[in-house]
Amino acid sequence: MIRLQPRAMPSKLMGYLAPVIALCLTLLSGLILFALLGVPIGEAFHAFFIEPVSTLYGLSELGVKAAPLILIGVGLSIGFRAQVWNIGAEGQLILGGICGGAVALYFYEVEAWYVLPLMMLAGVIGGMLWAAIPALLKTRFNANEILTSLMLTYVAGLLLSFLVHGALRDPDGYNFPESRLFHDAALLPVIMEGTRLHIGAIVAVFVVVAGWVLLSRTMLGFALKVNGAAPRAGAYAGFGQKRLIWFSLLFTGGLAGLAGLFEVAGPIGQLLPTISPGYGFTAIIVAFLGRLHPVGVLFAGLVMALSYLGGESAQITLNLPVAVTGVFQGLLLFFLLATDVLINFKIVRNVRRQL
Amino acid sequence: MNETILLAILTIITAATPLVFAAIGELVVEKSGVLNLGVEGMMLVGAVSSFTAVHVTGSASLGVLAGMFAGVMLALIFAFLTLNLQSSQVATGLALTIFGIGVSALIGQPLIGVAYEGLPKVQIPVLSDIPVLGRLFFGHDILVYCSIALVIAVSWFLKRTRAGLILRAVGDSHDAAHALGYPVIRVRYLATLFGGGCAGLAGAYLSMAYAPMWVENMSAGRGWIALALVVFASWQPSRVLFGAYLFGGISILQLHAQASGTINIPSQLMSMLPYLATIIVLVLISRDQGRIRRNAPASIGKAFHPTT
Amino acid sequence: MSVSAPRSDTQLVSMQAISKQYPGCLANDAVDLNLGAGEIHALLGENGAGKSTLVKILYGLLQCDSGHIEWNGERVNIASPAVARDLGIAMVFQHFSLFDSLTVLENIALGMAVDADATLHLRIREVSERYGLPLDPDRSVYTLSVGERQRIEIVRCLLQDPRLLIMDEPTSVLTPQEVNELFVTLKRLASEGVAILYISHKLDEIKALCDKATILRDGKRVASADPAVESARSLAALMMGDELSDVEPRSSSAIDTAIMQLSKLNYPASDSTGISIQDVNLELKQGELLGIAGVAGNGQDELLRLIAGEVMPSGGSSIVVKGLDITNSGAGVRRTQGLCCVPEERLGHAAVPSMSLTENVLLTAHHRMSMTSLGLVSKAASRRFANEIIEKFNVQCSGPDAMASSLSGGNLQKFIVGREILQNPDVLVVSQPTWGVDAGAAAAIHKALRALAASGSAVLVISQDLDELMQLCDRISALCAGRLSQTYPTSEVTVQQVGLLMGGAALEAST
Repeated sequence: MIRLQPRAMPSKLMGYLAPVIALCLTLLSGLILFALLGVPIGEAFHAFFIEPVSTLYGLSELGVKAAPLILIGVGLSIGFRAQVWNIGAEGQLILGGICGGAVALYFYEVEAWYVLPLMMLAGVIGGMLWAAIPALLKTRFNANEILTSLMLTYVAGLLLSFLVHGALRDPDGYNFPESRLFHDAALLPVIMEGTRLHIGAIVAVFVVVAGWVLLSRTMLGFALKVNGAAPRAGAYAGFGQKRLIWFSLLFTGGLAGLAGLFEVAGPIGQLLPTISPGYGFTAIIVAFLGRLHPVGVLFAGLVMALSYLGGESAQITLNLPVAVTGVFQGLLLFFLLATDVLINFKIVRNVRRQL
Repeated sequence: MNETILLAILTIITAATPLVFAAIGELVVEKSGVLNLGVEGMMLVGAVSSFTAVHVTGSASLGVLAGMFAGVMLALIFAFLTLNLQSSQVATGLALTIFGIGVSALIGQPLIGVAYEGLPKVQIPVLSDIPVLGRLFFGHDILVYCSIALVIAVSWFLKRTRAGLILRAVGDSHDAAHALGYPVIRVRYLATLFGGGCAGLAGAYLSMAYAPMWVENMSAGRGWIALALVVFASWQPSRVLFGAYLFGGISILQLHAQASGTINIPSQLMSMLPYLATIIVLVLISRDQGRIRRNAPASIGKAFHPTT
Repeated sequence: MSVSAPRSDTQLVSMQAISKQYPGCLANDAVDLNLGAGEIHALLGENGAGKSTLVKILYGLLQCDSGHIEWNGERVNIASPAVARDLGIAMVFQHFSLFDSLTVLENIALGMAVDADATLHLRIREVSERYGLPLDPDRSVYTLSVGERQRIEIVRCLLQDPRLLIMDEPTSVLTPQEVNELFVTLKRLASEGVAILYISHKLDEIKALCDKATILRDGKRVASADPAVESARSLAALMMGDELSDVEPRSSSAIDTAIMQLSKLNYPASDSTGISIQDVNLELKQGELLGIAGVAGNGQDELLRLIAGEVMPSGGSSIVVKGLDITNSGAGVRRTQGLCCVPEERLGHAAVPSMSLTENVLLTAHHRMSMTSLGLVSKAASRRFANEIIEKFNVQCSGPDAMASSLSGGNLQKFIVGREILQNPDVLVVSQPTWGVDAGAAAAIHKALRALAASGSAVLVISQDLDELMQLCDRISALCAGRLSQTYPTSEVTVQQVGLLMGGAALEAST
């Protein structure tokens, strides 16, 4: 029998190593999965992990997919540290897209410099407003933010669908549920010619740095960490818990809203009934894989972006279902949670019978 | 009784049944002190597994069993990670949901568009033929009766049996239960697996009776609503039944309203109703913190590592 | 006693050469313990001497590494508490293993591995009446007081007709009057032939109750003694070894200037399990040590959180420090105004277990010790302060990067008290300063508190340990069910009188 023995100190080494081990285990089980699906392992591996990033365009697409994941992941990692479980980032992303997109459509054919900043502002505010609902319900009525934020995600999806079927539908679009294509002034500048890589990627890197400073060098960041690790100690220190809940939710909501705006004003260029392949949920994995650390989130975001690209590429070349991506993401989180045990516990051989 | 109203009530029963299964299972899990947020994932995998089994074998009972088995398997992963490896219950539950969505979509790929006639109805001679009442109380599929029996059984188990008492004790204070020599981990394993089986059964009901077909992500948040129902019910089985029928009612009424066209509200807005209702109910229940604290299992969500 | 205790030559239980090794510490080192029927046997020792480990082995919660146990002269292997119960061993824990949301009946059923049925209901009533331990089987535990909770444990043990009853520090949660009642019950049990193993570090209790005493120090049995013959001082010498030092004579440094006034302090309980603070009035003078006695669960935690600013009092209350009304200020403002607090619970309340000492310094000291510049935290400053605390308070740890949870209770308490004292507060409120702390650390903490008072600050000590308060403080009052008694100079009241205050009674003819 083996058993777990608590370590006197959490292992720093394992903190870095655990995500790597988890990635390797995911890769291994991925290969087994491919074998089960009857796909040649070598080809599948190539299609999934090599091909998507073998060209410059592929790399730029990695940035396109990683940007929203990193934006939301940084927000979530800060909120999760404070034990504020906002899992409705997907809904906040959608609201950001709706609000920012509405601004773009309102200023349709206005060629002015201020359109894009206004859209970004609207995106951020939209995400924040949507996140403010669970914050209010949590601080005023003690309602569980996991359930409220998640329910609001379904509501947000329906709201978007309602709008593109109605108020925001393209008047010349033959009743297709989609908005007009945004004008150039409402589209994000591309930072690499011939690709879709937009300034959102730069913003994401900036947010990583800001998040890192916030978490490691400010009293607010410290207060968030204390509130997560020992809420009563936070109350004793005088860090208002409600304030921290509000901050966590609004911060993540704002970033998710911005990510949503970047999607509609970037790769998509209009409002559609679906504007995200679940970035808000995948960002949860990104946050955990990145050790709830903004710099870790940067790398984790790239890894998870690859899983999206790999899924698409495997679908095209090998006719594999896209759902493989979801399985990979789930497996990765499982392995990560499992290997995390190594941070706080040592695995020892049991010499004596355990009670 | 008006035929439309009768039909509506009948569909409410089918809409409520998966919620009953999922919520009563989660109630037992939470009573043991474990919070499994992966109900949605377990439901989906249960739904796709049962549909696959029924599609391959043609046997409805094998389908139901497959759904339950799949739910138990996913719960086993959860139990191993949280109970043996001490991972965060919240994070692991989310992982279970994400994994369940992915796996069910993968398995269900070939099943999209496959037809199934649904679970057979139990026809009781004479009784089922009574006008109105006969159709209201008799002639449902077997799982509807099972769901009600299950609620009664769980209620009896928790209140009247020694095993139920131990389960509640473990949920109230795992340290005290451990000090008295009760096997905390084993009790929680069994409760978690039971919850998985129930969630799988809920999924099986969705794909085999409610729909009956397989659609990606077909649970559409019902797993989460089931979680909210447990809070709504203040962890009391009989109230789970009430809550599930209430929610079944809301979701069916909005469907009927949409279909009949009597109310001129866009369908998307009507479809928001069950989710908004969940939020409102949560707020109403949670505002009384004392009530939550008195009823919620005290050690819910906390990791247990036996030190002695 | 009218009935003489039946004694036999063979021991009821005999533990021989018991050893138990924990990672980094030898908890029991070849300990012997013998106990006859009808004997009340004291197991005496400081915190950390190995008492709990030894009885956990006897009760089957732990397995010893070497040595063995004989029961009625036969070697037994007590693999689990169930085996212990079958032999006739029952135990009342220091921290009760009770389930708050369940009823008394259900709790007892769980403790005895029987069904919660009508028969048990009846037996509970019988036993509780017979031994004068009133208890309603249908009440939910969360509605009961600490004393009533202990009664559940005792009744549960008695229902098993035990031949050996182990009691782990049973009086730490009781008023002196309740202690007397407990002793009557225990003596009656002993007269019926039940052996009692009584764990304590309170010498006067042991002298009043026990026939024999086994004294442990650092995991070893250092002596067996007859408490009737030994003096409290000689027992203390055995228990503490060379750490025993004479208590310094107390000299008050109080000046007649009020530095903190609490008036009409009210706080409603958040739910039925909490205690309401009712109409607390208190004036704290410069340079004085004021003690608040009381049995745990009478509102100590609530009072501390109210003063610290973690929760806000209801309208009409007022808290004034150095002339400034801080009733509605948060914890940070109060610290800046010179009011620092040390809550009872070290891990999770006074300190974050998973954070380093450097980070834990930041928790409270950033207000008064300027540890931020331009909005950014200065790690160097908090590290410096952590080092200063470690040095001045002789905290045993691996350095300022050590995690709070890696420190022993005594060292962490020294660190926390040091963190507040070195901020040089005008008022320090400290709850249970030496709870679960070894003698050396307790002495150091007492000395530091006295020094702080001598420097002109006011110190409010909330403690369950009446001896500590009588020794340390200039004035004393007691908290009972959320109400604070009048305050009396410690030199003018007896322990018994404070006991009355702790029970909610008023002193009539007091000076």
